[in-house]
Amino acid sequence: MYVAVKGGERAIENAHAWLAEERRGDTDVAELDIQQIREQLSLAVNRVMAEGSLHDPDLAALAIKQARGDLIEAIFLIRAYRTTLPRFGTTKPVETAEMACDRRISATFKDVPGGQVLGPTFDYTHRLLDFKLAAEGEPVTAEQRDADPAPVPHVTEFLNRESLIEEAPRDDTPPPDLTREPLELPAARALRLQALSRADEGFTLSMAYSTQRGYARNHAFVGELRVGTVPVEMEIPELGFAVEIGEITLTECETVNQFKGSRTEPPQFTRGYGLVFGHSERKAISMALVDRALRWEELGEDNSGAPAQDAEFVLYHADNIQASGFLEHIKLPHYVDFQSELELVRKMRREANAQTREAAE
Amino acid sequence: MSGYNFAYLDEQTKRMIRRAILKALAIPGYQVPFASREMPMPYGWGTGGVQVSAAVLTPEDRFKVIDQGADDTTNAVSIRRFFERTAGIATTTATRDATVIQTRHRIPEEPLREGQILVYQVPIPEPLRFLEPRESETRKMHSLAEYGLMHVKLYEDISRHGHIATTYAYPVKVEERYVMDPSPIPKFDNPKLSDCAAIQLFGAGREQRIYALPPYTTVASLDFDDHPFDPSRADHPCGLCGSVETYLDEVIMDDAGGRMFVCSDTDHCETRQNAGYRGKDAG
Amino acid sequence: MRTENLSGGFTDPSVQSAHAFRAVMEAMARPGTIHDIAGAEPPAPLSRAAGAVLLTLCDTETPVHLAGATDCDAVRTWLAFHTGAPLSGPSHCMLAVGEWGALAPLSSYPVGTSEYPDRSATLIVECAELAASGATLRGPGIRETARLSLPDTEAFRTNRAHFPLGLDFIFTSGSQLAALPRTTEVS
Repeated sequence: MYVAVKGGERAIENAHAWLAEERRGDTDVAELDIQQIREQLSLAVNRVMAEGSLHDPDLAALAIKQARGDLIEAIFLIRAYRTTLPRFGTTKPVETAEMACDRRISATFKDVPGGQVLGPTFDYTHRLLDFKLAAEGEPVTAEQRDADPAPVPHVTEFLNRESLIEEAPRDDTPPPDLTREPLELPAARALRLQALSRADEGFTLSMAYSTQRGYARNHAFVGELRVGTVPVEMEIPELGFAVEIGEITLTECETVNQFKGSRTEPPQFTRGYGLVFGHSERKAISMALVDRALRWEELGEDNSGAPAQDAEFVLYHADNIQASGFLEHIKLPHYVDFQSELELVRKMRREANAQTREAAE
Repeated sequence: MSGYNFAYLDEQTKRMIRRAILKALAIPGYQVPFASREMPMPYGWGTGGVQVSAAVLTPEDRFKVIDQGADDTTNAVSIRRFFERTAGIATTTATRDATVIQTRHRIPEEPLREGQILVYQVPIPEPLRFLEPRESETRKMHSLAEYGLMHVKLYEDISRHGHIATTYAYPVKVEERYVMDPSPIPKFDNPKLSDCAAIQLFGAGREQRIYALPPYTTVASLDFDDHPFDPSRADHPCGLCGSVETYLDEVIMDDAGGRMFVCSDTDHCETRQNAGYRGKDAG
Repeated sequence: MRTENLSGGFTDPSVQSAHAFRAVMEAMARPGTIHDIAGAEPPAPLSRAAGAVLLTLCDTETPVHLAGATDCDAVRTWLAFHTGAPLSGPSHCMLAVGEWGALAPLSSYPVGTSEYPDRSATLIVECAELAASGATLRGPGIRETARLSLPDTEAFRTNRAHFPLGLDFIFTSGSQLAALPRTTEVS
C-alpha cells in the first residue's frame, strides 16, 4: 500500500537544527564572535555591505557568521533585513573630493597634488602563504605619520581644467531608487550605476574583463582610485540645516578612457565611474569599466554587440540575490511539470514507433 | 512574530502592491510592473506570490498553500508557516474552506467559488520571453498585440513533432487581447483559468510583475483550427481514490519498473477517499 | 489647523486597510457589486467610503487630484496628515476624488500608454446613492450581466473603447462602494 510522503514540517525543523550544529562546527574550537569577523575578515564584511546595500559592519559580520561564510547568503540576509527598515529620509550626496584617504593612487600621472598613497593594499605583496599567521603572532604596527591636511583633489579635475575630459556637470535631479521602483528600460546612468554598485562582484569583474579583452574594448586608465572615509550629512527640516550623522568608508574609481570624438563632440577623454561601500577595489574598478562600456549610446559610439554594452543584459543579470534564488529554485519539486513532459514524450515515442512499424510492414 | 507588521510587509509596500493589483484586475492579462521587495525567502521560491498574499490577507482569512498540488511539500509548508507566524492567520488544507489559496504549479481540482482568491507563484511572467529575451521588445509586442511569433513557434512544434510540445506554462489569450503566461501549471489545468468564479492573482517577485484575472474572464489556450487545444492527462485512474478526471503524479514504487499514479491534488484525493472512493492501490 | 482634521484616520492601519482593500478589490474584480467599507471618518464633504479608499491607496507616491467641493482646507489637511499624498492637477494624478460633475472633463486624466496602460488614473466618484439598478454591465468579473446606478453611460462607453488604455472608477456613497474598470461594457 502506498502512503503519500508527509512530515514536511518536521523535516524542515530538523534540517534547520542540523544546519545550526554544522554552523558551530567542532565545539572544542572557540566560537567566532562578531567583532573578530568585523575586524579580521573586514574585506568579506565590506563585500557584504556593498552588495547588501547596507553600510553596517556589525550586521554584515553577523550575517557572515550566520551564513557560515557563504557571502551571497550573507548578502541575502542583509538585503532581507534592509527592506524592513523604515526610511527616515535621504542624506545629502557625499563629497568624495573631501575624502580622508587611506589609499589614493593614479595610474595616469606620476605624481599628483595630494600624492600617491599606497595604503593597506595587497598590491606588491608576494602571494606566498604566510605560515606565521597559522600561529598566533605579535600584533603588527605600521609606521605612522601625521595626516597631510592639504586637500586631495580628484585627478580628473586636472584634465577637466583643460577640457581634455568630458564635462560631468552637477546634476541635482533626485536619482531613481532601484529598491523602491521596478527597473525600467532604457535605464539612465544614475540607475545603471546604482545597479552596478550592488551588483555581484564576480559578474561585474567578468563583464569588465570582457571589455579589456576586446568585447567593446575601450582602453581604461585608472585616473584615480581612492579609498577612505567621508562624512554623511542629512538635512533636518526642523533644524533648517544639515547635520553629520556618521562616517562611511567608500572606494571610488574614476577611469579615463579614449574617445576619438563623434559628429558632435571633439576628441577628448571620457569617464567611467565606480563607487562602492567599504574597501572594495576590484569591484569599484570593474564597475567603472562596465559603466563606461554601457555609455556607448550617449557617447555616439558603435554598438559592437558586446555583452558589456547591453544594458538590459547587464542589469537583469548582475544581481546575485535574484540570480542565485532563481538558479536554486530548480531544487524545488517540479514533478507536476515533469509529469506533463513525460506524458508527451511517451505519446510521441508511441507514435514514432507505430510509424516505424508501419513503414516496415 | 513581534517586531514585524501584520503579514510582514510594511504598509507602504502593501499599498504599492494593492495599487498594482487593482490595475491588474482592470487590465486582465497585462503584466503590471511593481517594486518587488526583497523577502526573507529566495527569489524563485514564491516571493511574488507571498507579496501578493500579504497584500490581500485579512486576519479573518483562512489560508491554504499548495506546491505541486500538495499541502505538505516542503516549500508549501515553509510559506504556510511564514504567514502563520507573521499574520497569525488560520490555515487549512481543505480547498473548500480556504478563502485565500497560494499555489505553485497547480489549480485545485475542486471548482473555486466566489469569495475565494487564488494566488499563483510565477517564475517567468512573460509568455514571449523564450522567443524574445528582451523586455523592451516583448513590451512592444504586447502593446501592439503582435503575437505572430508565438503562433509560429507553436506551429513549428506541430510540423516537427505532430503536437504542440508545450505541456506546462501553456500560453493563453485573455479576453481576446493579452497573451498571458498562466505560470507553470500543466496544460491540463488551463481550462480552469477561464470563467472561474474566484479572483486569480499572479505574482512574479524577481521579475517584478503582477497580473490578474477577474472572475468570469474568458481565457483561451492558444491553438489552431486543425490542432485544437488538448488538456491531456495520464491515461490512468488514481491509485488511491480511483478518479479518472484528475491530474496525476507518477510515483516510482521500486527499481523494477513498478509505479503507480495518484492525484496531485492531495486534498481532493483525501476528500474522495473519505467519501468512500477507493482506487486499486488503496489499502 | 483644526485638530478634528487630524482624527478620522485608521486606528489600526494594517488591519483596517486590509479590510478596506478587500472591499475595493472585490468591487474592482466584480463590477457592479456593492460593498461596505469602514474605518475612516473624513471631514465633509468626503464620504466615509471615499475616505477609506484614500487611506488605503494613497501615500507620498500617489499624486491626488481633489475635484470641486473636496478641494477644501479640511480635506487637504486631513489627506496630508494621514497619507502625505501630494496634491496635483488632473493631468498628473494617480487618483482623483469628487462628484461626477466636478471631475469632468475625463479627457484631462492620464489613461496610460500603450506599453504601460496601468499608468492611468483611478477616479473616486462621490455619488448620492449606489443601487443595483440602472445601466447594464457586461465584461470580465461579471457572470452574465450586472446593474449599477451610474452617473452617465456614454462616458463609460467612450472609456471602454480605448481599451487597454482608460480610466478606472470607484463609486462611493456613505459607507458603500462599487467599481467600474475600463473593461466593462455599459449599456
